Amino acid sequence: MTDTLTIALSKGRIYKETLPFLEEVGIVPADDPEKSRKLILDTNREDVKLVVIRAADVPTYVQYGAADVGVAGKDVLMEHGGEGVYEPLDLKIARCKLMVAGFPGTRPKRPRLRVATKFVNLTRDYYARKGEQVEIIKLYGSMELAPIVDLADVIVDLVDTGNTLRANGLEPLEHIADISSRLIVNKASMKMKQARVRRLIDELREAVNRRNPES
Amino acid sequence: MSSDDRWLLPEGIDEALPEQAEALEALRRRILDLYASWGYALVMPPFIEFIESLLTGTGRDLDLQTFKLTDQLSGRTLGIRADMTPQVARIDAHRLGREVPTRLCYMGTVLKTRPEHLGGSRSPLQVGAELYGHSGLDSDFEVLSLMIETFRLCGIERIHLDLGHVGIYRALARAAGWDEAHEAGFFDMLQRKARPEIDAFLADRPLEDSLREALAALPDLNGDASVLDQARRLMGAFDGIPAALDSIEAIGRRLAERYPEVHLNHDLAELRGYHYQTGLVFAAYVPGQGREIARGGRYDDIGRVFGRARPATGFSTDLKTLWLLGGHATVASPGCIFAPAGDEAGLEAAIAGLRAEGRRVVRALEGQQAGAAEMGCSHELRRQGDAWQVVPVA
Repeated sequence: MTDTLTIALSKGRIYKETLPFLEEVGIVPADDPEKSRKLILDTNREDVKLVVIRAADVPTYVQYGAADVGVAGKDVLMEHGGEGVYEPLDLKIARCKLMVAGFPGTRPKRPRLRVATKFVNLTRDYYARKGEQVEIIKLYGSMELAPIVDLADVIVDLVDTGNTLRANGLEPLEHIADISSRLIVNKASMKMKQARVRRLIDELREAVNRRNPES
Repeated sequence: MSSDDRWLLPEGIDEALPEQAEALEALRRRILDLYASWGYALVMPPFIEFIESLLTGTGRDLDLQTFKLTDQLSGRTLGIRADMTPQVARIDAHRLGREVPTRLCYMGTVLKTRPEHLGGSRSPLQVGAELYGHSGLDSDFEVLSLMIETFRLCGIERIHLDLGHVGIYRALARAAGWDEAHEAGFFDMLQRKARPEIDAFLADRPLEDSLREALAALPDLNGDASVLDQARRLMGAFDGIPAALDSIEAIGRRLAERYPEVHLNHDLAELRGYHYQTGLVFAAYVPGQGREIARGGRYDDIGRVFGRARPATGFSTDLKTLWLLGGHATVASPGCIFAPAGDEAGLEAAIAGLRAEGRRVVRALEGQQAGAAEMGCSHELRRQGDAWQVVPVA
């Protein structure tokens, strides 16, 4: 493990959108994670391996050095706290918005606003910065249901097109943050595999700039 | 807690069973002997003291890490040490009050409210050495060398050393003239090397171009010694920075000469202990560990609250971590001698003689069934004719 470079990715959108970047810098996985049952994927390069894991686990793997680098959404990093990892590069992929959503124009029925979310920490931070004490209900999915069945007044969730919200009569109410995926790096790997990690960062940065010439 | 889980220890609190305890104790002695041979005198600060003495300009992190309780005698708040460094600084500044360079070392359990990393201990066995009363490369190099010698002694190889200097960021932040909130905000981004956020932050601030360029470059100024030249070009005009870069370079050169096998990395944005460090800072890493295993640096002002600011530099690490990384370097157990029960002639004297030689003798107890092998003994004491002989267990 010590001489290979391990890259942690999450299944789905981030994996699909990161692959072209990796290909541009000369890293091609030998297996397709959707089809393979392998947990560690080999690549065309002997010294580079991929692990494909749940999105929320990526910062944890990288923080503790189980992977040297990873790709994680800013939402996941904000929720995780981002401690112990470097986040040197915005890949500008898997873009969406982190928002407060609910029924428009409704006044809270309770003295304290009830917020349903899977992002407990960042929701607490967001409302604390606004000077508002709220009750947070942790849910694992189908946030939109919570206001409908009066489990919560509003939700904090990622909004891409907003179609799911509108289909359920909800609307985005407040914008918390713009979200995109970041390259994250274990602190010790940055020191001990400095040259390789830096080359990867620099090459990916160039690839991102080629793809987003406006910025 | 039901009676079924009374054996359970709190999270992050561990204990050492005989074999590990023996190895840890042996390692502890060897390390302290090493420090003694370099002229570092052992001190034993108290496990608990007034909170104000423990938290001396060290920032909020240590405050949150410290267990607190109320003193029934004085009504004041006591803290259980989470870091021994401020205690040793207090001893140097107030209790010893020497004018000459003072070398102190320490080893002891500290308690932390939260483990520093996943699965980490909340009760590490902190070990470290501090050198007071000299400001300059010689003392920085001495504590760095002693840290490397500590690793060598423990059998830890493939050491990577990360060098930085808090004076660089401090000079730039001063030039920027930020208030505390802005500086804290930028500091946080710098710790994460979050280039995207740093660029956005700097774009919003009215700064001179040269300063903006210098601040923007900080997160990328890491790697081999060439980053020092880069830094000289980018920020050599700011007060204090050339001297800081020179000291990193000089230390690096000395290290490369004395310890060519140690890998050197430079990171000008690494600011661990920024709130109390004042100069050169460093940390050690080894492959396979996703975090530093030891850290240290210069902290010249810490003694001020105790009445005397003295130049200071030092390092600390954790004995349990050293033991784990050193391939569990266990001392070859000398083996045990099993001696019979009873009061046969000469038996007591034979046992006493063996023990005086440093041998381990385990005495059978009246009515005991278990023999030498079951008691973990390699030898036994047998009567042969008139004499007592140590013979290997069959």
